[in-house]
Amino acid sequence: MNTLFRSTLQCLQAGAVVCRPKVIGGYVPFAASARVRQLCAVSGEKNLAEIVKKNKVVVFMKGTPAQPMCGFSNAVVQILRMHGVDNYASYNVLEDQELRQGVKAFSNWPTIPQVFFNGEFVGGCDILLQMHQNGDLVEELQKLGIRSALLDAEMDEKSK
Amino acid sequence: MAATADQIRDKLVAEIGAVHVEVEDTSSNRCAASFKVLVVSPQFEGKPLLQRHRMVNNCLAAELKDIHAFEQKTLTPEQWEKHKAQ
Repeated sequence: MNTLFRSTLQCLQAGAVVCRPKVIGGYVPFAASARVRQLCAVSGEKNLAEIVKKNKVVVFMKGTPAQPMCGFSNAVVQILRMHGVDNYASYNVLEDQELRQGVKAFSNWPTIPQVFFNGEFVGGCDILLQMHQNGDLVEELQKLGIRSALLDAEMDEKSK
Repeated sequence: MAATADQIRDKLVAEIGAVHVEVEDTSSNRCAASFKVLVVSPQFEGKPLLQRHRMVNNCLAAELKDIHAFEQKTLTPEQWEKHKAQ
């Protein structure tokens, strides 16, 4: 599993530095991750406590999983994808300024992306990446009842 | 006013007892819009990652308002020694 972690990490780091702050048009292609629920235009901080509990995994990001608009948001999407987590709720903060500020105040965290497991704030890109590297993410997902796809990948390696 | 790497370093040393700090301006034109920091502090001992990052965020709350992107790595002195040995 370690080699897998390392190689995936390299491609993540390569893409993690670019950050495009603006939305290019409003066009989002309807493809790629159809299983990811797109939930937009949610406002008001008071709703956030409910929103983060709506799904086992909730991500506030710039752009969408199909088209992330920031390298850090992209890294979170890629990490979750590696673990086979594709049924999560994602919110595009670029489409909702109120949400963008609201979620920062709600979690007392200054940056986007933000990841929540079972309604609890997990962290941003750095924390998710480090959890991925040290194996904690597999365990945390297990607590949510989600089996990481990396465990299956590891078993395939062994059976070869 | 935009934060400088020196300001960030000094604050981390003064407020959370950092014994080693690396600050890198990662904005494309070095315009202090994004930073990457490595912080080593004995105060991180026994604290989970989220709490460590919150300590750094709180310490730099004023600076972070003007920073667009902020990456951080938080290590205890022991972890830092291991990290260097690698």
